[in-house]
Amino acid sequence: MFKDKACIVGVGETPFCRKPGSGLSEMGIQLKASLSALEDAGLKAAQIDGILPFPNVGKAEAFAASLGCENLRFAATLHMGGAAPVGSLRMAAMAVTSGAADYVMVPGGWNGYSGARVRETAANDVNSIPGGEIARDFYLPFGLTAPPQWYALMARRHMHEYGTTEEQLGAVALAMRKHAQLNPAAVMHGKPLTMADYLASPMISSPYRLLDCCVETDGAAAFIVTTVERARDLRRKPVYVMGAAAGQPYPADEITNRADFHRTGLTNAAPEAFRMAGVTPADADFAQIYDCFTFEVIQQLEEAGFCKRGEGGAFVEHGGIELGGRLPVNTHGGLLSQAHVLGISHVVEAVRQLRGEAGARQVADAEIGVVTGWGDFGDGSIAVLRR
Amino acid sequence: MSENAMPYDKPLPSLTGLHGEFYAWCRDRELRFQRCTGCGRYRHVPRDICAHCSSMEWEWARSSGRGTVFTWTEVVRALHPAFAAATPYAPVVVEMEEGVRLLSRVVDCAAGELAIGMPVEVDFLEVGDAVTLPVFRRSVL
Ligand SMILES: [Zn+2]
Repeated sequence: MFKDKACIVGVGETPFCRKPGSGLSEMGIQLKASLSALEDAGLKAAQIDGILPFPNVGKAEAFAASLGCENLRFAATLHMGGAAPVGSLRMAAMAVTSGAADYVMVPGGWNGYSGARVRETAANDVNSIPGGEIARDFYLPFGLTAPPQWYALMARRHMHEYGTTEEQLGAVALAMRKHAQLNPAAVMHGKPLTMADYLASPMISSPYRLLDCCVETDGAAAFIVTTVERARDLRRKPVYVMGAAAGQPYPADEITNRADFHRTGLTNAAPEAFRMAGVTPADADFAQIYDCFTFEVIQQLEEAGFCKRGEGGAFVEHGGIELGGRLPVNTHGGLLSQAHVLGISHVVEAVRQLRGEAGARQVADAEIGVVTGWGDFGDGSIAVLRR
Repeated sequence: MSENAMPYDKPLPSLTGLHGEFYAWCRDRELRFQRCTGCGRYRHVPRDICAHCSSMEWEWARSSGRGTVFTWTEVVRALHPAFAAATPYAPVVVEMEEGVRLLSRVVDCAAGELAIGMPVEVDFLEVGDAVTLPVFRRSVL
Protein backbone atom coordinates (compact mmCIF):
# COMPACT_ATOMS: atom_id res chain seq x y z
CA MET A 1 0.00 0.00 0.00
CA PHE A 2 1.18 3.52 0.79
CA LYS A 3 3.30 2.82 3.86
CA ASP A 4 6.07 5.42 4.10
CA LYS A 5 5.44 6.44 0.47
CA ALA A 6 3.07 9.35 1.18
CA CYS A 7 3.67 12.28 3.49
CA ILE A 8 2.25 15.55 4.77
CA VAL A 9 4.30 18.49 3.49
CA GLY A 10 2.31 21.50 4.56
CA VAL A 11 -0.13 22.51 7.27
CA GLY A 12 -2.04 25.70 7.94
CA GLU A 13 -4.57 27.07 10.40
CA THR A 14 -6.61 30.21 10.86
CA PRO A 15 -6.99 31.82 14.29
CA PHE A 16 -9.73 30.15 16.37
CA CYS A 17 -12.44 32.42 17.67
CA ARG A 18 -15.79 32.46 19.40
CA LYS A 19 -16.70 36.11 19.74
CA PRO A 20 -16.54 37.92 17.40
CA GLY A 21 -16.88 35.39 14.61
CA SER A 22 -14.44 34.85 11.78
CA GLY A 23 -16.16 37.39 9.53
CA LEU A 24 -15.58 34.99 6.63
CA SER A 25 -17.84 32.51 4.88
CA GLU A 26 -17.25 28.84 5.59
CA MET A 27 -15.65 28.63 2.14
CA GLY A 28 -13.60 31.73 2.85
CA ILE A 29 -12.20 30.56 6.14
CA GLN A 30 -11.13 27.24 4.61
CA LEU A 31 -9.51 29.04 1.68
CA LYS A 32 -7.56 31.14 4.18
CA ALA A 33 -6.28 28.01 5.92
CA SER A 34 -5.39 26.46 2.57
CA LEU A 35 -3.28 29.49 1.59
CA SER A 36 -1.43 29.07 4.85
CA ALA A 37 -0.76 25.37 4.10
CA LEU A 38 0.48 26.26 0.60
CA GLU A 39 2.86 28.84 2.09
CA ASP A 40 4.10 26.30 4.64
CA ALA A 41 4.80 23.72 1.91
CA GLY A 42 6.26 26.17 -0.59
CA LEU A 43 3.68 25.21 -3.21
CA LYS A 44 1.42 27.25 -5.48
CA ALA A 45 -2.32 26.63 -5.78
CA ALA A 46 -1.92 25.74 -9.46
CA GLN A 47 0.20 22.75 -8.42
CA ILE A 48 -2.65 21.26 -6.35
CA ASP A 49 -4.31 18.68 -8.58
CA GLY A 50 -6.30 16.81 -5.93
CA ILE A 51 -8.74 18.14 -3.37
CA LEU A 52 -10.85 16.48 -0.63
CA PRO A 53 -13.03 19.17 0.94
CA PHE A 54 -15.58 18.84 3.73
CA PRO A 55 -19.22 18.86 2.53
CA ASN A 56 -19.99 22.33 3.93
CA VAL A 57 -18.13 24.13 1.14
CA GLY A 58 -20.44 22.65 -1.42
CA LYS A 59 -18.88 20.92 -4.37
CA ALA A 60 -15.13 20.36 -4.53
CA GLU A 61 -15.16 22.11 -7.90
CA ALA A 62 -16.22 25.38 -6.30
CA PHE A 63 -13.39 25.19 -3.81
CA ALA A 64 -10.84 24.36 -6.51
CA ALA A 65 -12.10 27.21 -8.70
CA SER A 66 -11.78 29.70 -5.84
CA LEU A 67 -8.32 28.55 -4.85
CA GLY A 68 -7.00 28.47 -8.40
CA CYS A 69 -6.35 24.76 -8.91
CA GLU A 70 -6.17 24.86 -12.70
CA ASN A 71 -5.26 21.23 -13.22
CA LEU A 72 -7.64 19.37 -10.92
CA ARG A 73 -7.52 15.61 -11.56
CA PHE A 74 -8.91 14.14 -8.37
CA ALA A 75 -11.74 15.37 -6.12
CA ALA A 76 -14.05 13.71 -3.63
CA THR A 77 -15.85 14.40 -0.36
CA LEU A 78 -16.03 11.84 2.44
CA HIS A 79 -19.32 11.81 4.32
CA MET A 80 -17.99 10.66 7.69
CA GLY A 81 -18.55 13.75 9.83
CA GLY A 82 -15.58 14.34 12.12
CA ALA A 83 -13.90 11.19 10.81
CA ALA A 84 -13.53 12.85 7.40
CA PRO A 85 -10.21 14.71 7.85
CA VAL A 86 -8.22 11.60 8.86
CA GLY A 87 -10.21 9.50 6.38
CA SER A 88 -9.26 12.09 3.74
CA LEU A 89 -5.62 11.87 4.78
CA ARG A 90 -5.77 8.15 4.02
CA MET A 91 -7.56 8.81 0.73
CA ALA A 92 -4.97 11.44 -0.21
CA ALA A 93 -2.17 8.94 0.50
CA MET A 94 -3.90 6.42 -1.76
CA ALA A 95 -4.31 9.05 -4.46
CA VAL A 96 -0.72 10.28 -4.57
CA THR A 97 0.84 6.82 -4.39
CA SER A 98 -1.45 5.49 -7.13
CA GLY A 99 -0.67 8.42 -9.40
CA ALA A 100 -4.22 9.76 -9.34
CA ALA A 101 -2.86 13.10 -8.14
CA ASP A 102 0.50 14.68 -7.29
CA TYR A 103 -0.45 17.13 -4.53
CA VAL A 104 -3.71 16.75 -2.60
CA MET A 105 -5.18 19.54 -0.47
CA VAL A 106 -7.40 18.59 2.49
CA PRO A 107 -9.17 21.63 3.97
CA GLY A 108 -11.70 21.66 6.80
CA GLY A 109 -13.44 24.13 9.05
CA TRP A 110 -16.57 26.13 9.69
CA ASN A 111 -18.17 28.98 11.58
CA GLY A 112 -19.09 26.65 14.42
CA TYR A 113 -19.71 29.54 16.82
CA SER A 114 -21.03 32.46 14.78
CA GLY A 115 -22.83 30.27 12.22
CA ALA A 116 -25.59 27.73 12.79
CA ARG A 117 -25.00 26.25 16.25
CA VAL A 118 -26.16 22.88 17.35
CA ARG A 119 -28.49 24.10 20.08
CA GLU A 120 -30.29 26.39 17.66
CA THR A 121 -30.52 23.88 14.88
CA ALA A 122 -33.75 22.08 14.19
CA ALA A 123 -32.24 18.75 13.21
CA ASN A 124 -35.12 18.09 10.85
CA ASP A 125 -33.17 18.04 7.62
CA VAL A 126 -33.09 14.34 6.83
CA ASN A 127 -30.19 14.77 4.44
CA SER A 128 -27.96 16.45 6.98
CA ILE A 129 -28.33 14.12 9.99
CA PRO A 130 -26.64 10.76 10.40
CA GLY A 131 -29.19 7.99 10.03
CA GLY A 132 -31.32 10.20 7.81
CA GLU A 133 -34.86 8.85 7.71
CA ILE A 134 -34.17 6.47 10.62
CA ALA A 135 -33.31 9.38 12.89
CA ARG A 136 -36.31 11.36 11.64
CA ASP A 137 -38.79 8.55 12.21
CA PHE A 138 -37.41 6.74 15.27
CA TYR A 139 -35.20 9.19 17.23
CA LEU A 140 -36.46 12.76 16.75
CA PRO A 141 -40.08 12.05 17.82
CA PHE A 142 -38.71 10.86 21.19
CA GLY A 143 -36.44 13.87 21.65
CA LEU A 144 -33.13 12.27 20.72
CA THR A 145 -31.99 15.05 18.44
CA ALA A 146 -28.28 15.86 18.80
CA PRO A 147 -24.79 14.36 19.15
CA PRO A 148 -24.30 14.71 22.94
CA GLN A 149 -27.54 12.76 23.40
CA TRP A 150 -26.56 9.96 20.98
CA TYR A 151 -23.17 9.48 22.58
CA ALA A 152 -24.47 9.88 26.16
CA LEU A 153 -26.36 6.63 25.54
CA MET A 154 -23.01 4.94 24.88
CA ALA A 155 -21.30 6.57 27.85
CA ARG A 156 -24.09 5.53 30.24
CA ARG A 157 -23.94 1.91 29.10
CA HIS A 158 -20.14 1.87 29.42
CA MET A 159 -20.38 3.22 32.96
CA HIS A 160 -22.83 0.41 33.74
CA GLU A 161 -20.77 -2.37 32.20
CA TYR A 162 -17.28 -1.31 33.24
CA GLY A 163 -17.68 1.02 36.18
CA THR A 164 -16.40 4.06 34.30
CA THR A 165 -16.96 7.09 36.55
CA GLU A 166 -17.92 10.75 36.20
CA GLU A 167 -14.52 11.68 37.59
CA GLN A 168 -12.86 9.67 34.82
CA LEU A 169 -14.85 11.62 32.24
CA GLY A 170 -13.71 14.72 34.11
CA ALA A 171 -10.08 13.61 33.91
CA VAL A 172 -10.33 13.83 30.11
CA ALA A 173 -11.75 17.37 30.30
CA LEU A 174 -9.02 18.42 32.74
CA ALA A 175 -6.20 16.98 30.61
CA MET A 176 -7.39 18.80 27.50
CA ARG A 177 -7.79 22.06 29.42
CA LYS A 178 -4.33 21.66 30.97
CA HIS A 179 -2.77 21.26 27.53
CA ALA A 180 -4.65 24.31 26.27
CA GLN A 181 -2.78 26.37 28.90
CA LEU A 182 0.39 25.61 26.90
CA ASN A 183 -1.17 26.63 23.57
CA PRO A 184 -1.72 30.37 23.06
CA ALA A 185 -3.92 29.59 20.03
CA ALA A 186 -6.42 27.61 22.12
CA VAL A 187 -9.73 29.31 22.91
CA MET A 188 -9.45 28.07 26.51
CA HIS A 189 -5.89 29.36 26.96
CA GLY A 190 -5.71 31.25 30.23
CA LYS A 191 -8.75 29.44 31.63
CA PRO A 192 -7.57 26.52 33.78
CA LEU A 193 -10.03 23.99 35.14
CA THR A 194 -10.39 21.98 38.36
CA MET A 195 -12.36 18.78 39.03
CA ALA A 196 -14.67 20.83 41.26
CA ASP A 197 -15.36 23.18 38.31
CA TYR A 198 -16.04 20.17 36.13
CA LEU A 199 -18.45 18.52 38.55
CA ALA A 200 -20.26 21.82 39.12
CA SER A 201 -20.85 22.47 35.42
CA PRO A 202 -24.49 22.16 34.33
CA MET A 203 -25.82 18.88 32.97
CA ILE A 204 -26.57 18.90 29.23
CA SER A 205 -27.57 15.30 28.57
CA SER A 206 -26.56 13.00 31.40
CA PRO A 207 -23.91 11.82 32.02
CA TYR A 208 -22.62 14.67 29.83
CA ARG A 209 -22.16 18.02 31.51
CA LEU A 210 -21.29 21.26 29.76
CA LEU A 211 -17.58 20.56 30.32
CA ASP A 212 -17.82 17.12 28.70
CA CYS A 213 -18.68 18.88 25.45
CA CYS A 214 -16.33 20.37 22.85
CA VAL A 215 -16.16 24.13 22.35
CA GLU A 216 -18.08 25.49 19.38
CA THR A 217 -15.58 27.57 17.42
CA ASP A 218 -15.03 29.46 14.17
CA GLY A 219 -11.88 28.27 12.46
CA ALA A 220 -10.28 26.18 9.75
CA ALA A 221 -7.18 24.20 8.95
CA ALA A 222 -5.70 22.45 5.94
CA PHE A 223 -2.92 20.04 5.06
CA ILE A 224 -1.22 18.92 1.84
CA VAL A 225 -0.22 15.36 0.96
CA THR A 226 2.25 14.24 -1.70
CA THR A 227 4.68 11.41 -2.36
CA VAL A 228 7.98 11.06 -0.54
CA GLU A 229 9.85 11.60 -3.85
CA ARG A 230 8.12 14.92 -4.54
CA ALA A 231 8.61 16.00 -0.94
CA ARG A 232 12.37 16.05 -1.41
CA ASP A 233 12.08 19.24 -3.45
CA LEU A 234 9.89 21.03 -0.92
CA ARG A 235 10.58 23.41 1.92
CA ARG A 236 9.65 21.29 4.94
CA LYS A 237 10.76 17.97 6.36
CA PRO A 238 7.97 15.54 5.48
CA VAL A 239 5.81 13.74 8.04
CA TYR A 240 5.42 10.17 6.79
CA VAL A 241 2.15 8.25 6.68
CA MET A 242 3.07 4.83 8.09
CA GLY A 243 -0.47 3.47 8.03
CA ALA A 244 -4.04 4.69 7.81
CA ALA A 245 -7.51 3.16 7.73
CA ALA A 246 -11.17 3.98 8.17
CA GLY A 247 -14.17 1.92 9.21
CA GLN A 248 -17.81 1.90 10.20
CA PRO A 249 -19.71 0.49 13.16
CA TYR A 250 -22.42 -2.08 12.45
CA PRO A 251 -25.03 -0.99 11.72
CA ALA A 252 -23.56 2.41 10.85
CA ASP A 253 -26.93 4.09 10.27
CA GLU A 254 -28.57 3.07 13.56
CA ILE A 255 -27.24 3.25 17.11
CA THR A 256 -29.56 1.20 19.25
CA ASN A 257 -29.37 -2.27 17.64
CA ARG A 258 -25.62 -2.79 17.74
CA ALA A 259 -24.96 -6.31 19.01
CA ASP A 260 -21.69 -5.00 20.47
CA PHE A 261 -22.77 -1.59 21.70
CA HIS A 262 -19.23 -0.18 22.03
CA ARG A 263 -17.84 -1.37 18.72
CA THR A 264 -17.12 1.61 16.46
CA GLY A 265 -15.56 2.25 13.08
CA LEU A 266 -12.21 2.48 14.83
CA THR A 267 -12.53 -1.11 16.08
CA ASN A 268 -12.04 -2.28 12.51
CA ALA A 269 -9.75 0.49 11.33
CA ALA A 270 -7.13 0.56 14.09
CA PRO A 271 -5.72 -2.97 13.64
CA GLU A 272 -5.50 -2.35 9.89
CA ALA A 273 -3.63 0.93 10.35
CA PHE A 274 -1.18 -0.48 12.90
CA ARG A 275 -0.59 -3.61 10.76
CA MET A 276 0.23 -1.45 7.77
CA ALA A 277 2.48 0.74 9.90
CA GLY A 278 4.29 -2.26 11.39
CA VAL A 279 4.05 -0.83 14.91
CA THR A 280 1.76 -1.26 17.91
CA PRO A 281 -0.17 1.32 19.93
CA ALA A 282 2.57 1.06 22.58
CA ASP A 283 5.05 2.53 20.07
CA ALA A 284 3.16 5.84 19.86
CA ASP A 285 4.77 8.83 21.57
CA PHE A 286 1.47 10.73 21.58
CA ALA A 287 -2.08 10.46 20.23
CA GLN A 288 -4.46 13.11 18.95
CA ILE A 289 -7.88 11.57 19.66
CA TYR A 290 -11.09 13.10 18.27
CA ASP A 291 -12.67 14.48 21.44
CA CYS A 292 -16.15 15.70 20.57
CA PHE A 293 -17.08 14.60 24.12
CA THR A 294 -15.02 13.22 26.98
CA PHE A 295 -16.21 9.63 26.84
CA GLU A 296 -15.38 9.32 23.15
CA VAL A 297 -11.71 9.69 24.11
CA ILE A 298 -12.00 6.78 26.56
CA GLN A 299 -13.89 4.71 24.01
CA GLN A 300 -11.40 5.35 21.21
CA LEU A 301 -8.38 4.64 23.42
CA GLU A 302 -9.97 1.23 24.05
CA GLU A 303 -11.07 0.50 20.49
CA ALA A 304 -7.74 1.65 19.02
CA GLY A 305 -5.93 -0.77 21.31
CA PHE A 306 -4.14 1.62 23.67
CA CYS A 307 -5.80 -0.31 26.49
CA LYS A 308 -8.32 -3.12 26.83
CA ARG A 309 -12.10 -2.63 26.62
CA GLY A 310 -13.25 -1.37 29.99
CA GLU A 311 -9.84 -0.06 31.04
CA GLY A 312 -10.11 3.34 29.37
CA GLY A 313 -11.38 5.06 32.51
CA ALA A 314 -8.35 3.95 34.52
CA PHE A 315 -6.08 4.83 31.56
CA VAL A 316 -7.07 8.50 31.58
CA GLU A 317 -6.91 8.97 35.38
CA HIS A 318 -4.02 10.38 37.39
CA GLY A 319 -2.49 12.27 34.48
CA GLY A 320 -2.34 9.18 32.23
CA ILE A 321 -3.15 11.18 29.08
CA GLU A 322 -1.43 14.40 30.12
CA LEU A 323 1.97 15.57 28.93
CA GLY A 324 4.45 13.53 30.94
CA GLY A 325 1.94 10.70 31.35
CA ARG A 326 1.94 7.30 29.68
CA LEU A 327 0.35 8.67 26.48
CA PRO A 328 -0.02 12.42 25.97
CA VAL A 329 -3.37 12.94 24.25
CA ASN A 330 -4.46 16.09 22.41
CA THR A 331 -1.42 18.17 23.19
CA HIS A 332 -3.08 21.18 21.52
CA GLY A 333 -6.11 21.03 23.82
CA GLY A 334 -8.34 19.17 21.38
CA LEU A 335 -11.92 19.91 20.48
CA LEU A 336 -12.65 20.25 24.18
CA SER A 337 -10.25 23.14 24.83
CA GLN A 338 -8.38 24.28 21.70
CA ALA A 339 -11.14 24.58 19.09
CA HIS A 340 -13.72 22.48 17.28
CA VAL A 341 -12.78 22.61 13.63
CA LEU A 342 -14.13 19.18 12.73
CA GLY A 343 -11.02 17.23 13.73
CA ILE A 344 -8.59 18.60 11.18
CA SER A 345 -6.59 20.45 13.84
CA HIS A 346 -5.67 17.05 15.30
CA VAL A 347 -3.76 16.28 12.08
CA VAL A 348 -2.07 19.68 12.18
CA GLU A 349 -0.99 19.19 15.79
CA ALA A 350 0.43 15.72 15.04
CA VAL A 351 2.52 17.22 12.23
CA ARG A 352 3.78 20.01 14.50
CA GLN A 353 4.74 17.50 17.19
CA LEU A 354 6.63 15.32 14.70
CA ARG A 355 8.41 18.37 13.28
CA GLY A 356 9.40 19.40 16.82
CA GLU A 357 7.48 22.70 16.48
CA ALA A 358 5.03 22.36 19.37
CA GLY A 359 6.80 24.79 21.69
CA ALA A 360 5.90 24.53 25.38
CA ARG A 361 3.73 21.49 24.74
CA GLN A 362 6.31 19.55 22.72
CA VAL A 363 6.54 15.83 23.50
CA ALA A 364 10.28 15.25 23.91
CA ASP A 365 11.82 13.43 20.93
CA ALA A 366 8.42 12.56 19.44
CA GLU A 367 8.96 10.05 16.67
CA ILE A 368 5.62 8.28 16.12
CA GLY A 369 2.14 9.73 16.61
CA VAL A 370 -1.43 8.54 16.12
CA VAL A 371 -4.42 10.63 14.97
CA THR A 372 -8.04 9.52 15.02
CA GLY A 373 -11.32 10.84 13.67
CA TRP A 374 -14.86 10.10 14.87
CA GLY A 375 -18.04 11.11 13.16
CA ASP A 376 -21.75 10.56 12.70
CA PHE A 377 -22.90 7.53 14.74
CA GLY A 378 -19.32 6.31 15.39
CA ASP A 379 -17.61 6.26 12.00
CA GLY A 380 -13.87 5.95 12.63
CA SER A 381 -10.58 6.84 10.99
CA ILE A 382 -6.98 6.58 12.12
CA ALA A 383 -3.50 7.41 10.86
CA VAL A 384 -0.10 6.41 12.22
CA LEU A 385 2.47 9.09 11.40
CA ARG A 386 6.24 9.38 11.91
CA ARG A 387 8.85 12.07 11.52
CA MET B 1 -57.27 14.88 21.79
CA SER B 2 -59.35 17.16 23.98
CA GLU B 3 -60.43 20.43 22.38
CA ASN B 4 -58.37 22.61 24.72
CA ALA B 5 -55.14 20.63 24.24
CA MET B 6 -52.13 22.55 23.02
CA PRO B 7 -51.26 21.74 19.41
CA TYR B 8 -48.53 19.10 19.27
CA ASP B 9 -45.42 20.87 18.00
CA LYS B 10 -42.69 18.23 18.23
CA PRO B 11 -41.19 16.33 15.28
CA LEU B 12 -43.45 13.57 13.95
CA PRO B 13 -42.35 10.46 12.07
CA SER B 14 -43.14 10.19 8.39
CA LEU B 15 -45.89 7.70 7.69
CA THR B 16 -44.46 6.40 4.44
CA GLY B 17 -42.96 3.07 3.47
CA LEU B 18 -42.02 0.43 6.05
CA HIS B 19 -41.62 3.13 8.72
CA GLY B 20 -45.23 4.12 8.09
CA GLU B 21 -46.38 0.50 8.40
CA PHE B 22 -44.67 0.27 11.82
CA TYR B 23 -46.53 3.38 12.99
CA ALA B 24 -49.81 2.17 11.48
CA TRP B 25 -49.66 -0.80 13.87
CA CYS B 26 -48.90 1.58 16.75
CA ARG B 27 -52.02 3.55 15.85
CA ASP B 28 -53.91 0.28 16.40
CA ARG B 29 -52.09 0.04 19.77
CA GLU B 30 -50.01 -2.90 18.68
CA LEU B 31 -46.22 -3.06 18.79
CA ARG B 32 -45.05 -5.20 15.89
CA PHE B 33 -41.60 -5.81 14.52
CA GLN B 34 -40.55 -7.37 11.26
CA ARG B 35 -39.79 -11.08 11.66
CA CYS B 36 -37.82 -12.82 8.93
CA THR B 37 -39.74 -15.86 7.72
CA GLY B 38 -36.46 -17.33 6.46
CA CYS B 39 -34.56 -17.53 9.74
CA GLY B 40 -37.16 -16.37 12.26
CA ARG B 41 -35.17 -13.39 13.57
CA TYR B 42 -36.90 -10.16 14.56
CA ARG B 43 -35.53 -6.87 13.31
CA HIS B 44 -35.88 -3.16 14.00
CA VAL B 45 -35.61 -0.58 12.48
CA PRO B 46 -37.59 -1.77 9.44
CA ARG B 47 -35.48 -2.88 6.48
CA ASP B 48 -36.15 -4.56 3.14
CA ILE B 49 -33.97 -7.60 3.73
CA CYS B 50 -32.73 -9.84 6.54
CA ALA B 51 -29.09 -9.05 7.23
CA HIS B 52 -28.59 -12.52 8.72
CA CYS B 53 -29.96 -14.82 5.98
CA SER B 54 -30.62 -12.38 3.10
CA SER B 55 -34.26 -13.41 2.88
CA MET B 56 -36.60 -10.71 1.62
CA GLU B 57 -39.60 -12.53 3.06
CA TRP B 58 -40.94 -11.30 6.38
CA GLU B 59 -44.07 -10.61 8.41
CA TRP B 60 -45.19 -8.06 10.97
CA ALA B 61 -45.06 -10.16 14.17
CA ARG B 62 -46.64 -8.94 17.37
CA SER B 63 -44.24 -8.13 20.22
CA SER B 64 -44.90 -9.25 23.78
CA GLY B 65 -44.46 -5.57 24.62
CA ARG B 66 -42.10 -6.49 27.43
CA GLY B 67 -38.51 -5.34 27.66
CA THR B 68 -35.83 -3.91 29.89
CA VAL B 69 -34.02 -0.58 29.99
CA PHE B 70 -30.71 -0.94 28.10
CA THR B 71 -29.41 2.62 28.46
CA TRP B 72 -30.76 6.16 28.69
CA THR B 73 -29.82 9.84 28.90
CA GLU B 74 -31.58 12.65 30.72
CA VAL B 75 -31.80 15.68 28.45
CA VAL B 76 -31.55 18.73 30.70
CA ARG B 77 -30.78 21.32 28.02
CA ALA B 78 -32.83 20.80 24.86
CA LEU B 79 -30.84 20.89 21.64
CA HIS B 80 -33.90 21.16 19.42
CA PRO B 81 -36.30 24.09 19.79
CA ALA B 82 -39.40 21.87 19.86
CA PHE B 83 -38.21 20.21 23.06
CA ALA B 84 -37.23 23.40 24.91
CA ALA B 85 -40.34 23.32 27.11
CA ALA B 86 -40.19 19.56 27.63
CA THR B 87 -36.96 19.38 29.65
CA PRO B 88 -35.94 17.45 31.58
CA TYR B 89 -36.87 14.29 29.73
CA ALA B 90 -35.10 11.00 29.18
CA PRO B 91 -34.77 9.15 25.87
CA VAL B 92 -34.41 5.45 26.72
CA VAL B 93 -33.19 2.46 24.72
CA VAL B 94 -35.43 -0.52 25.51
CA GLU B 95 -34.28 -4.07 24.82
CA MET B 96 -37.33 -6.18 23.94
CA GLU B 97 -37.90 -9.85 24.72
CA GLU B 98 -37.70 -10.46 20.96
CA GLY B 99 -34.08 -9.25 21.01
CA VAL B 100 -34.56 -5.96 19.17
CA ARG B 101 -33.97 -2.56 20.77
CA LEU B 102 -35.85 0.66 20.19
CA LEU B 103 -35.46 4.24 21.26
CA SER B 104 -38.44 5.47 23.29
CA ARG B 105 -39.40 7.04 26.63
CA VAL B 106 -40.54 5.61 29.98
CA VAL B 107 -43.48 7.89 30.67
CA ASP B 108 -44.23 7.04 34.32
CA CYS B 109 -40.71 7.25 35.69
CA ALA B 110 -38.43 10.18 36.48
CA ALA B 111 -34.92 9.95 35.06
CA GLY B 112 -33.49 9.60 38.55
CA GLU B 113 -35.43 6.35 38.99
CA LEU B 114 -34.33 4.78 35.71
CA ALA B 115 -31.94 1.87 36.01
CA ILE B 116 -30.37 -0.39 33.42
CA GLY B 117 -32.18 -3.71 33.52
CA MET B 118 -35.45 -2.21 34.79
CA PRO B 119 -38.44 -4.13 33.35
CA VAL B 120 -40.85 -2.06 31.26
CA GLU B 121 -43.86 -2.69 29.07
CA VAL B 122 -45.20 -0.90 26.06
CA ASP B 123 -47.96 1.68 26.08
CA PHE B 124 -49.14 4.03 23.37
CA LEU B 125 -49.24 7.80 23.25
CA GLU B 126 -51.45 9.55 20.72
CA VAL B 127 -49.68 12.69 19.56
CA GLY B 128 -52.04 13.66 16.79
CA ASP B 129 -54.86 12.32 14.71
CA ALA B 130 -52.50 10.29 12.58
CA VAL B 131 -49.60 9.39 14.85
CA THR B 132 -49.31 7.20 17.94
CA LEU B 133 -45.88 6.71 19.50
CA PRO B 134 -44.85 3.52 21.32
CA VAL B 135 -43.78 4.48 24.84
CA PHE B 136 -43.15 2.44 27.98
CA ARG B 137 -44.29 2.10 31.59
CA ARG B 138 -42.66 0.33 34.47
CA SER B 139 -43.73 -3.31 34.56
CA VAL B 140 -45.96 -4.22 37.47
CA LEU B 141 -44.80 -7.74 38.26
ZN1 LIG C 1 -33.42 -14.10 8.12
